[in-house]
Amino acid sequence: MLPALARLYPPERLLAQPGQLAAYESDGLTAYRARPAAVVIPATQAEVIETVRLCHQHRMPFVARGSGTSLSGGSLPIHDGLLIALNRLNRVVRLDPIQRLVVVEPGVINLDVSKAAAPHGLYYAPDPSSQQVCTIGGNIAFNSGGAHCLKYGMTSNHVLALKVVLADGEIVELGGESAESVGPDLVGLFVGSEGLFGVALEITLRLLARPEKFETVLAAYHSLAAAGEAVAQVVASGLLPGAMEIMDRLAIQAAEAAVHANYPAGTEALLIVELDGEAQQVAAEFHQLRGVIEASGAFEVHVARDAADRARIWKGRKSAFSAVGRLSPDFIVQDGVVPRSRLGAALAEIERLSARYGIRVANVFHAGDGNLHPLILFDGREPGALERAEQLAGEILTLCIRLGGSITGEHGVGMEKRDYLPRMFAETDVDAMHRLRLAMDPLLIANPGKMFPGGEAPALRHVGLHPLEKAGVIERE
Amino acid sequence: MRITSLAELQAAVRGAPRVVARGAGTKPALATPPDGVLVLDLRGLSGVLEYEPGEFTFSALAGTRVSEVESLLAENGQYLPFDPLLVERGATLGGTLAAGLSGPGRYRFGGLRDFILAVRYIDGEGALVRGGGKVVKNAAGFDLPKLMVGSLGQFGVLYELTFKVFPRPDAHVTVRAVLPTLAEALAGLLRVYAAPLDVDALDLWPAPDGSGCELWVRLGGPETVLPARAERMTALIGAGETMSGPGEAEAWRALCELAWVPDGWGLVKTPLAPGRLLALNRELPPEALRRYCAGGNLAWIALPDPRALDSTLTALSLAGLIVLGAPGRPRMGVHPGVPFEQRIKAALDPHRKFPDFNPVA
Repeated sequence: MLPALARLYPPERLLAQPGQLAAYESDGLTAYRARPAAVVIPATQAEVIETVRLCHQHRMPFVARGSGTSLSGGSLPIHDGLLIALNRLNRVVRLDPIQRLVVVEPGVINLDVSKAAAPHGLYYAPDPSSQQVCTIGGNIAFNSGGAHCLKYGMTSNHVLALKVVLADGEIVELGGESAESVGPDLVGLFVGSEGLFGVALEITLRLLARPEKFETVLAAYHSLAAAGEAVAQVVASGLLPGAMEIMDRLAIQAAEAAVHANYPAGTEALLIVELDGEAQQVAAEFHQLRGVIEASGAFEVHVARDAADRARIWKGRKSAFSAVGRLSPDFIVQDGVVPRSRLGAALAEIERLSARYGIRVANVFHAGDGNLHPLILFDGREPGALERAEQLAGEILTLCIRLGGSITGEHGVGMEKRDYLPRMFAETDVDAMHRLRLAMDPLLIANPGKMFPGGEAPALRHVGLHPLEKAGVIERE
Repeated sequence: MRITSLAELQAAVRGAPRVVARGAGTKPALATPPDGVLVLDLRGLSGVLEYEPGEFTFSALAGTRVSEVESLLAENGQYLPFDPLLVERGATLGGTLAAGLSGPGRYRFGGLRDFILAVRYIDGEGALVRGGGKVVKNAAGFDLPKLMVGSLGQFGVLYELTFKVFPRPDAHVTVRAVLPTLAEALAGLLRVYAAPLDVDALDLWPAPDGSGCELWVRLGGPETVLPARAERMTALIGAGETMSGPGEAEAWRALCELAWVPDGWGLVKTPLAPGRLLALNRELPPEALRRYCAGGNLAWIALPDPRALDSTLTALSLAGLIVLGAPGRPRMGVHPGVPFEQRIKAALDPHRKFPDFNPVA
């Protein structure tokens, strides 16, 4: 297939030398590596379409990738497959401030959408922590979330229309300019399909008017349980905050080391609650919120003084993942969901697991929607450490399922959790999903080995050599 | 055939060559099959299964009346913000989801699609299939719950649904402005659309005789600040009076019950964007009554013969769904996603057991 690609791409956009491929071997889940046969860097939608059609013709497995920030290994290349790097497809095709929508290509960076919209007083709501680098194409594939999902929803709630090339080369248009639709919600099905249906070429996103007023409250607690209880109180009060986030002591330490966020000393748990909206409304709600927080046993409460202070608070929170790298050479970011009322039980169990394994776990989570992000710290140079960390991560996922939650809130199943899909879903459920997969990709060439367990690729759990390594599908160097 | 249990439902689906599910039948255009198709009456599959207010979620069987759910939620200060339609006429949760109908409140926080979290449905082989999760945030597996929104039952029979709910605002007021023309009302709508203000519903209601157009802006939140917010809204529009109290609630309720549609007339739902509103309005037959909803994202068009709109919608590259009217093909106009939809249909209902509402004949 390489000669065919060489006719389509100039040498600088067709990478096949080992040195050129190295940069593409991993994504945000660095424990896995796989070397593709080649990387192509299309500059136009037509090139993507032609590439996918060639893959179909040659039965060549492919993975489409943006910035490669997936934390579930969703954009890990296929060994000897093709990697389609979409970063050059980064045009904002059209921005319509009156209808509050924007049409972008998949390689546009998440934050750049809001930057393009800012002069019109608009913004793009989904804000994953990696929003400075992650691309909209990746956000679509994994239905990315962020800190504001309870009130504003996930990526899927902000996508109006898609132009897609399916894995067998057919081009389909889904949705339209309207927030409403008739007929089944096809856009809804495509978003979160993890690259298993095809490649989104053009995406129409809904923009929101930037809230007039924010009130960001930081409350420090002597225990995680107290912070969790405060969240329950806020919810019970009938408020609908834009965000409710909790960080535990280890996560706070990391954030402090990295960005000097000046969080209160001696804090066991930090709660961030943010109200947003129309000024008069926020003022009234803020009054109510203060009452709830003051009665919740916080030993220090800080209210953001201005936009810079608010940004500082959020910088600490959003940097927490990468900041943990200062505490440990390696770490796994987990992403599970439990019913909000089970947060306390989940955290207590994670603490017990952490002690039993002798592995430190930092907790950063979207408390408002029960979305946990345990950060599991390990040293990959120690033999067996990765495996034990993964085992602990697996126990946390099992816990989430047991408590009635989900194995992923916003990172997707990808490579990492595909063994857990059949634990969360029954055989008939997975079968229905696989039928849909086959309907869009009869040759199973679009991001194979992700989301579904077994069948398409060997299982994730491993002792010693990863089964995929044994099978020659992935390799580490 | 009246269904009262999961086992009965599975047996009925397995035993008949073609079936169509029906709830209260409030939208007969969407639930009246041709001869030879077995109608499954799901009103016996009713009841809220799980509801914990602190979770902002509930699960209920598909035949549960929306009114029952709304009362339960209201007791706990919560609601379905997308304003389900035909609630008083008895609409069920399953019928509401399958028809894909959201009311005026969909403007602020989104429609049905933004509040459905999980479904369990019976596939063509009679198997129970689950998609989604019973938590407010979930990204595991393909989003089958969203696929069911507006699917008109063509992929399976809904059995159980889980929704996200929100805290209900303390109170509402509505600023109602009467403007001389639709164009001026639209200009007002766009000013509200662009402003950083929290608006629950934003509707346009052109007078039937073309003599003017009403702009309705609904605000919800803490009662203490509503008068000031309404004043600000009135200043932004440049006109308007404030409705509040039971009269205000009743006005929106009547709208959700489609009380404005004359008896015997058809009703068409058309997804729209504010920029296309005037073009559509120009092409509608003069006798058609119309309500533009959700900031110009949705047109409701009432007219004696809804099918007459097909060519108009097609010419404008718009889609339409006949919600009230004679049974038949309810989808009109242009549906670019059909090739994708056909693949889904073939995958999930290979024996064509469920109704085929494919707009392409």
